[in-house]
Amino acid sequence: MDLEYTAEELAFRDEVRAFLREQLPATIAAKIKHNRRLTKDEHVLWQKRLHQRGWAAVHWPTEHGGTGWGPIERHIFDEECAAHHAPPMLPFGVSMVAPVIIKFGTEQQKQQYLPDILASNVWWCQGYSEPGAGSDLAGVKTRAVRDGDHYVVNGQKTWTTLGQHADMIFCLVRTDPNAKKQEGISFLLIDMNTPGITVRPLITLDGEHEVNEVFFDDVRVPVANLVGEENKGWTCAKYLLTYERTGIAGVGQTKSLLSHLKTVASEQIVNGRPLIEEPLFRARLADAEAELMALEMTNLRTVSAAADGGVPGAESSFLKIMGTVLRQEITDLFRRAAGPYAMPFLSEGDDAVGPEFAGAVANRYFNYRKLSIYGGSNEIQRNIIAKAILGL
Amino acid sequence: MDFKLNDEQRMLEETVGRLVRDAYGFETREKNRNSALGFSTEMWQQLAELGLLGVPFSEELGGFNGGGQELMVVVEGFGRALLLEPYLATVVLSGTVIDRLGSDEQKAQLLGSIIGGEQRFALAAYEGQAFYDHTQVTTRAVANADGYLLNGSKAVVLHGDSADQLVVIARTSGDDGDAAGLTAFVVAADAAGVSRRGYPTVDGLRAAEISFDNVQLAAAARLGDEGAALPALEAAIERGIVALCAEACGAMEVACDQTLEYIKERQQFGVAIGRFQALQHRMVDMRMALEKARSMTILAACSLELPAAERQRRLAAAKLIIGKTGRLVSEEAIQLHGGMGMMDETAVSHYAKRLVMIDHQLGDQQYHLQRLSALLAVDDDVA
Repeated sequence: MDLEYTAEELAFRDEVRAFLREQLPATIAAKIKHNRRLTKDEHVLWQKRLHQRGWAAVHWPTEHGGTGWGPIERHIFDEECAAHHAPPMLPFGVSMVAPVIIKFGTEQQKQQYLPDILASNVWWCQGYSEPGAGSDLAGVKTRAVRDGDHYVVNGQKTWTTLGQHADMIFCLVRTDPNAKKQEGISFLLIDMNTPGITVRPLITLDGEHEVNEVFFDDVRVPVANLVGEENKGWTCAKYLLTYERTGIAGVGQTKSLLSHLKTVASEQIVNGRPLIEEPLFRARLADAEAELMALEMTNLRTVSAAADGGVPGAESSFLKIMGTVLRQEITDLFRRAAGPYAMPFLSEGDDAVGPEFAGAVANRYFNYRKLSIYGGSNEIQRNIIAKAILGL
Repeated sequence: MDFKLNDEQRMLEETVGRLVRDAYGFETREKNRNSALGFSTEMWQQLAELGLLGVPFSEELGGFNGGGQELMVVVEGFGRALLLEPYLATVVLSGTVIDRLGSDEQKAQLLGSIIGGEQRFALAAYEGQAFYDHTQVTTRAVANADGYLLNGSKAVVLHGDSADQLVVIARTSGDDGDAAGLTAFVVAADAAGVSRRGYPTVDGLRAAEISFDNVQLAAAARLGDEGAALPALEAAIERGIVALCAEACGAMEVACDQTLEYIKERQQFGVAIGRFQALQHRMVDMRMALEKARSMTILAACSLELPAAERQRRLAAAKLIIGKTGRLVSEEAIQLHGGMGMMDETAVSHYAKRLVMIDHQLGDQQYHLQRLSALLAVDDDVA
């Protein structure tokens, strides 16, 4: 056993660091650090810089323009990006729909979609969840009825993250209402500019516009946009979920958050001394640090086991639960570090009230409640572990 | 990065695995526990014959020259069987102090007798009012014409009731809590002036209160320089923490397995209770605790040779997580076993007791949380 990185891995880390120092704009890093929302242009700018370096698609095979990196390189890359406050990679195109297209798509679909995903020319969003189908995806009701060379789509999607910017949406639609739950579903790619699509913002409890409802009213979608076979979309959906779960531990981001929290706590003066010297607060920091060490080691064990190829199995559900619970704990500590200055509510563009870090701490605390809900709620993750690992 | 065991480590793992499977079923363990000594001398001899009593010591002395990883592999196997024999007391704790401080002659003689299984040792370090602070030492050794005169008392000395020899930490100078002034001595358990009150512990082991009333020691009983024992004592505690973490992993794994098996079989309301989601989720949390414990044990086992600050930070974090996860696994194992979990005859209750008592050895979670708090560093924010 050897927990240290090899010389090659350390050299790779230096390469990533050098790139981040040169290419990541300070204004963007500052926004990420202080939990401010990026504009669409800022997101795209960063994705394009990664693309120029050949690092836009960290887990694609090299033949399609990916990095071909193994799990350990991806882990190092994630960690460095988070430590430098790089924007999190937008997953919808590059990590969600693209692997499905690579695995199940036609040659024509690959040529049509992959280059634009790689270059961030097209913004994708995910159309999985519906008002009646959250974690229970097999409950989708949005209908697609074949009409010549088209499907006619009717229904509603919800929780569509950053769908307000999207050019394309990938959807699970019901193509056979009489089949058993998972068997009548298909995987469709839909142009957001097609007549009949309406996007309506959903404002979340932190006052932000991050998610949307998307309505489909007789939307005509070419049959050529079907990925895989009709009624076999569940296979695509499951495959996508395994990709969604890579990097799910969020170790890099958690390290970065905790490191920032410690800096903040040593600058905040409470009763004449730094908050970090207050024993109860310090003990919670220390406890979070121990939990982070356990999370990181568990993640490395999983990464290392996956290094021979393939994607992590049900073990990644442990990482999702552990990682999200810890990040939520840290956002609670941030809120406490701000004291009464956790209270002012600031819209985008308002001047800060109180310490700079404090402006968004309560928003983030509330926003991060989503971590244990999305991507398969933590309860669903427990169901997965119970079934797949414990055989219950 | 590499999490795989090497060939030698796998061999050790197999040796221990085979031994406890063949010779250490739960009934045998219970028979040994209820014997006068509280463990089996035959088993101790078997450990010696297999070379397991020499794992941490150098090859010149007849040992295996193992580090933290080898210790982890061996003791995890012991934890699966809830081994009662005084491996921690003799090999890990006393052995490390002797190994760090002893002269070549002392090491050859004392470690030789440990490796061969001829003598068992106990480390008499902690005192009654000191909780887990190993620098709170009031036991005094005062130099005299024949060597040293030892006075004082030691608390909850693990396997102190049956040890042939005691490694005693005494103060030769300084005050309570001082880092300097601690000296280690080897004291025969039957020396004049040594009195022992042995007793069983909650988890089926044995321990003793030991007092020293004008015990005359020869100068040759001293290990290392006068007043300089602290680093060796801390090295022993750190090795001990790795061993306890590993033992906890082994015990947690069995507690999880037995609980899983039980909820798959036990029928209530016409179905196996493992069908109930409320229980499934608790079982998942137990398994997640085991994964965390295992991760931290690996981290601790691989950290013994690091520079002090990082090593101490990792070991404190590991023992903290072991304390937290051990309690969770124990309580949930009992709860999911229902009334059966409350029974002495149900093996899982013994695993639960050992796991909870591990938190009372070499610092509990509160103690290690404080240590980790003290070591908390504000690191560089990159951007």
